[in-house]
Amino acid sequence: MSTVFIALQTNEDTRPIIEAIVADNPHARLNEQPAMVKIDAEGKLVVRRSSIEELLGRDFDLQELHINLISLSGNIDESDDELTLSWNA
Amino acid sequence: MDMQASKKKLGLKERYQVMTRGLDWTPSYQKMEDIYPYVAYEGIKIHDWDKWEDPFRLTMDAYWKYQAEKERKLYAIIDAYAQNNGHLGVTDARYINTVKLFISGISPLEYVAHRGFTHVGRQFPGAGPRVACLMQSLDEIRHAQTQVHSISNYNKYYNGVHDFHHAHDRIWFLSVPKSFFDDAITAGPFEFMVAIGFSFEYVLTNLLFVPFVSGAAYNGDMGTMTFGFSAQSDEARHMTLGLEVIKFILEQDPDNLPIVQRWIDKWTWRGYRVLTLVAMMMDYMLPKRTMSWKEAWEVYFEENGGALFKDLARYGITMPKCAEQIALEKDHLSHQAWSTFYNYGAATNFHTWMPDEDEMAWLTAKYPESFDKHYRPRYEYWREQAAKGNRFYNKTLPMLCQTCQIPLVFTEPGDPTKICYREVDFKDEKYHFCSDHCKAIFEHEPEKYVQAWMPVHQIYQGNCFPEGTDPTVEGFDPLAAVLKYYHLEHGRDNLDFEGSEDQKNFDEWRGMATKNV
Amino acid sequence: MHIDLRTVTIKPLRHTFDNIARRIGADKPASRYQEGTLDMQQTANFHYRPTWDPAHDIYDASRTALKMADWYAFKDPRQFYYGAYTLARARQQDTAEANFDFVEGRGLAATLTQALGDTVLKLLVPLRHVAWGSNMNNASICAYGYGTAFTQPCIYQAMDQLGIAQYLTRVGLLLGDVDTLDEGKRAWMEDDAWQGLRRYVEDSFVLKDPFELFVAQNVALDGLLYPLVYETIIDDVLSSRGGTPVAMLTQFMTDWFGETRKWVDATMKTAAAESAGNKALLEQWTTHWRDRAAAALLPVGAIALGDNADSVLNDVVQQFDARLAKAGIAN
Repeated sequence: MSTVFIALQTNEDTRPIIEAIVADNPHARLNEQPAMVKIDAEGKLVVRRSSIEELLGRDFDLQELHINLISLSGNIDESDDELTLSWNA
Repeated sequence: MDMQASKKKLGLKERYQVMTRGLDWTPSYQKMEDIYPYVAYEGIKIHDWDKWEDPFRLTMDAYWKYQAEKERKLYAIIDAYAQNNGHLGVTDARYINTVKLFISGISPLEYVAHRGFTHVGRQFPGAGPRVACLMQSLDEIRHAQTQVHSISNYNKYYNGVHDFHHAHDRIWFLSVPKSFFDDAITAGPFEFMVAIGFSFEYVLTNLLFVPFVSGAAYNGDMGTMTFGFSAQSDEARHMTLGLEVIKFILEQDPDNLPIVQRWIDKWTWRGYRVLTLVAMMMDYMLPKRTMSWKEAWEVYFEENGGALFKDLARYGITMPKCAEQIALEKDHLSHQAWSTFYNYGAATNFHTWMPDEDEMAWLTAKYPESFDKHYRPRYEYWREQAAKGNRFYNKTLPMLCQTCQIPLVFTEPGDPTKICYREVDFKDEKYHFCSDHCKAIFEHEPEKYVQAWMPVHQIYQGNCFPEGTDPTVEGFDPLAAVLKYYHLEHGRDNLDFEGSEDQKNFDEWRGMATKNV
Repeated sequence: MHIDLRTVTIKPLRHTFDNIARRIGADKPASRYQEGTLDMQQTANFHYRPTWDPAHDIYDASRTALKMADWYAFKDPRQFYYGAYTLARARQQDTAEANFDFVEGRGLAATLTQALGDTVLKLLVPLRHVAWGSNMNNASICAYGYGTAFTQPCIYQAMDQLGIAQYLTRVGLLLGDVDTLDEGKRAWMEDDAWQGLRRYVEDSFVLKDPFELFVAQNVALDGLLYPLVYETIIDDVLSSRGGTPVAMLTQFMTDWFGETRKWVDATMKTAAAESAGNKALLEQWTTHWRDRAAAALLPVGAIALGDNADSVLNDVVQQFDARLAKAGIAN
């Protein structure tokens, strides 16, 4: 199975986002680098709006991710509630 | 006014549909082929543009909002970095040469990307890809400008990039990145998308940005790190567009497969050759190394790219054949490149140097198969010679590859002791190549590649001297005339780092910051 | 070790890049607009001719009949580089968002009379296609024009027009629903009132000269459309009939036109001042496209103005002529 990843800048904005992603994707691995964190996961990774909102205590639009996004891999599916990265193979 | 009792709330996808492709219509006063004249000649068959899957779905209001927030953050850091003389905090002044390489080699390409995406964003008959391309065009002018704005402060204190626009159009090695993008923008719109959107953005961009940006972070360059990360946040959108384009073209018609496969093969190789500059930057120019070129290639191409090509296998796409040769070259590429630039250090707009003992030990550890055997002895000899006052500068002009325009310095695949030469006869002229892949690219479109503005040929033809130069006068110094044409100041912009004005100023300024004078 | 680098005063070797210093006449600190604009486009030693247009170089000033000794004579009075541009639009976007929230949150759409609401939708919804056409045309000018000083504002203009098309879509969704958008598109495709304008837009799609296209789109069409529809019909005529909430929803367009016309005027002024030949060419283009645009807009104006459209449009054309006369273009 292939690995997908999402890389985010590490700062105050992304701390709860990273926490939510890790909680929602128990199979994901956190790879911390200077000023950035790369989250690798086998096959599929889901970013869930509701989980981020719970940690943030406010409404969150998944498109806010763009502000701190560094890179990603995999096919993307984006809805109001979830952003999914996956490989078909 | 009567309002409907309950209006259906549109989801993200439907909402984006009416905000983009809902705006388009089928014209009747003018013919489609007159409005979109460039989409047929490449032979790509598109039957239904509505099958296009939008990548990220940003409407303009959200785009402005999020991009403005990124810009606010970025310029706050650029300002603070300049006000605090942040440049004196970098590991050592050699680092600044990576920034010089970046602004003269890469930033002008961001501008071409801007124009190229505007062009294809006008030409595709599908509204979805058109919007995505235009948004990328807007991002690309952002990248060109934020890079100029960040590096502007370095230009105030260090040499080499004071006339980088002029340099990019003229200096010999900068024709490598320039011809790469010229090649892409002069290709048809679909090939441009496969070249830049897919091969460059998706397959190779991580190899360009992540090493540069984390290199900046490791070496204390907050300014570059910030524009780098900020640009990368747009790249995520661009990569997604690149992948969608490939999937869309391949799903439209089986006849598209061989054309797309050939483009992927070609552009992976073209892009890889340009990344030679990144390879030597990573292994030689960063005082504090992040990872070796070889490691970066393994993570970002072999691992991530491998997953990508496995995913695309369902369309019949295979890993580009050149990957095999690249794997053979990964132990050698950066060393052969740095040796070349060390040779030609009198004609570059950045400084070169020999690695010190610690750095050689790092190279030995990272390249156990190749470094001690093939490169260390050469470096030790040059270092010895330099210590005796014989720093070697090569003043003859090298033979260039007609396709990638890199001097013929790479070795045969599998034999690092033998320089690789290929040649082709075309219309009574002989053309030279660095590799089978560059040769094959030429052979497919010779009429295009014979047009190339080859820096060495141009010098020999007398086209690279300042106006009014008479090369027949006694004692004519061609190198001096060429440097004038490049707008390079001999002794300040070029030559070895050791003894340079950059080195002297940096030491003095940092001394002022850390000692009581 | 903590290094307080601020304590060091060091003298820079130079204040800006050489190309900027050559253009501004001295080595002095340059603005971000200047450093982000001047000479950004490559000018020399192109490697290959475009396979899609082998008669020209990648960037080629001869794609237009207009002649400039220096294409960097153009200056955007707003001094927009990407950062300044997005910050300006983000602020306007905030206002627009607040206006939409206000109208929606207080149910102000319901205060419009049926007749007024119908008129607004009949008038505004098809205009999203006109804005989309401008997005394409400004992309075209940016792609095939010469020199960043001229082409850069066009990508901003292109994306602004996409934004306007999207705001108009939201007006349609707020006052109507998805069917309203379909009905607007049907009118755009079929109704007599819109065919002159649609023909104008489609004809502009095939213009090859980027500067003529600039005149046809940004000078003539928008120069009449925005004063007619947004400044006169919405802000004036319909507001007096209780349509103020609509004016809130289109405030972005009114403000936007007020801002962008400064750039359009400056561009025309610089081009016309260059030579008598340019002036004559611009006058010919302006007259031709102004007359076509006015004729195409008459039935559109009549949707809201009825028989009054003719006299209102005459006023708008007169104001347009006066505006262009200031830029040195006689009509």
